[in-house]
Amino acid sequence: MLRLLQLELQKLLLNRASKVLIFISFILPFFVIILSSLRINFFGFFVLELGDYGLFNFPIVWHITTFFASQFKFFFAIVVVSMIGNEYSNKTLKQNLIDGLSKKEFILSKFYTIIFFSAVATILIFLICLFIGLYYSSINEAHLIFRETEFLFAYFLKLVGFFSLCLFLGMLVKRSAFALAFLFVLYILEWIIFGLITWKANVDIAEKIQNFFPLKSMYKLIDQPFQRIAISKAPNGQEFLYDFAVHWHEIAIVLAWTALFIFLSYRLLKKRDL
Amino acid sequence: MESILTINNLTKKFGYLTAVKDLSFTINKGNVYGILGPNGSGKSTTLGIVLNVVNETAGDFHWFDGNVSTHDALKKVGAIIERPNFYPYMTAHQNLKLVCKIKGVDYSKIQEKLEVVGLLDRKDHKFKTYSLGMKQRLAIASALLNDPEILILDEPTNGLDPQGIHQIRQIIKDIANNGTTILLASHLLDEVEKVCSHVVVLRKGEKLYSGRVDEMISSHGFFELKTEKQDELIHLLENHKSFGNIKVEDTLITAFLNDPMDAETFNKLMFDKGIILSHLVKRKESLEEQFLQLTDNN
Repeated sequence: MLRLLQLELQKLLLNRASKVLIFISFILPFFVIILSSLRINFFGFFVLELGDYGLFNFPIVWHITTFFASQFKFFFAIVVVSMIGNEYSNKTLKQNLIDGLSKKEFILSKFYTIIFFSAVATILIFLICLFIGLYYSSINEAHLIFRETEFLFAYFLKLVGFFSLCLFLGMLVKRSAFALAFLFVLYILEWIIFGLITWKANVDIAEKIQNFFPLKSMYKLIDQPFQRIAISKAPNGQEFLYDFAVHWHEIAIVLAWTALFIFLSYRLLKKRDL
Repeated sequence: MESILTINNLTKKFGYLTAVKDLSFTINKGNVYGILGPNGSGKSTTLGIVLNVVNETAGDFHWFDGNVSTHDALKKVGAIIERPNFYPYMTAHQNLKLVCKIKGVDYSKIQEKLEVVGLLDRKDHKFKTYSLGMKQRLAIASALLNDPEILILDEPTNGLDPQGIHQIRQIIKDIANNGTTILLASHLLDEVEKVCSHVVVLRKGEKLYSGRVDEMISSHGFFELKTEKQDELIHLLENHKSFGNIKVEDTLITAFLNDPMDAETFNKLMFDKGIILSHLVKRKESLEEQFLQLTDNN
């Protein structure tokens, strides 16, 4: 396992383009989060301090930072599709297999890399959250601090699932640009189907079905945190209940998609003549 | 003899096209094999199948004694196919390091093999800055990293300039002299003739011949003759039971033998009959002639 991971890391880290993208995908979200947690003075007109809105209090900080950080996953998605696209365009995939890598090992080395980067991203965000949270909130009891850390797990899962989808699309179309276009098409497709079901049946059913779609199911892992803030601020917040927790069935759906994408990638490679 | 690769009734179809048809042969240790065939005769497809990159439609193959999986067997094989494939953004050294990781070979081999192909002074240059000849040499270094039991080369001199072709051939000859088994696919016959002891001849995916180069056509060779008394000679040859086909081109007569006969005996025979030869050469068909004869006849 370590050998396969090392193999892929060498391929990625020696490539300047992917190195820059990896750097961006890690550094940018934290930079943004840290920046937004600072007190910003707009030329003396007003002072913007997001901390004042309670955004960075435990436990909501876990929710809001994972939500925002996951928006930056697109940068690493480019890395994932290009790490497949490059193998095809350089024909190094063929060479790797001839050199004695099995097709299974090839897919696994990509998958391990996805897990590795998702894990690193999760650990980093854990540290940042902890730091910001401790700075802003007055809570210092461990069991209160680590309440709702399931959002971290959800974040990890969301990344692994999303990148597995990218891996599969990369394997499917062999070219990075087309794979990203496919991702966009899939996003639109999910909403078109949602629209069609709403039109034929009703919104409730449509939403229930949409929650099973790959992109939507990954999104559902960490729901909109704004409603939550709105609820907590609204005086009669209890009236519009919004379910934002991480549910086991949401996890199960994403895990199933991840397994399916990896399996299909392997099947594709196995069946294909290079 | 210890077998390295055994292919049994291998068939590959691409849609309606049959690229390889019911092909069987065995590669034994220590020999230098050539796979001959015109373009599109299924050479690369066959190699692709045994190298785990093309899926067979029917039939099977196994490496060594058949107890190892294909990808593990490939770790003991060195192969170069069509074009050298490396990561353009990595240096030669980094590329070879990656191959070492895949094959499970110690990094110390890199230095040694780069020296063999004469790329040591360029080892820290990026692959994309290399000329085609250097890329091909790097591919050979990469294939040699694991001191392979068999080296597979698919058109290794394709697209190279004369110096490049010469360098690659020299490297191949050196490797063959070390006792490494080599399987060389090519449509360049003189290339195969110079290094191979055995050949497999393919046409349209079918095997026409497999065996030793010198036994490819059961022929006793032929005489090339010139004399003043041409008509007399032709008459004599036509009535002699040892001679079959006789060809006349201007003053040169080519007489094919049915039975073995050496030049000395023949010369004496002619002298006794009062025919004095001004030109006498005994030859065997070159690989090219044999190959054309074989592919035409079938």
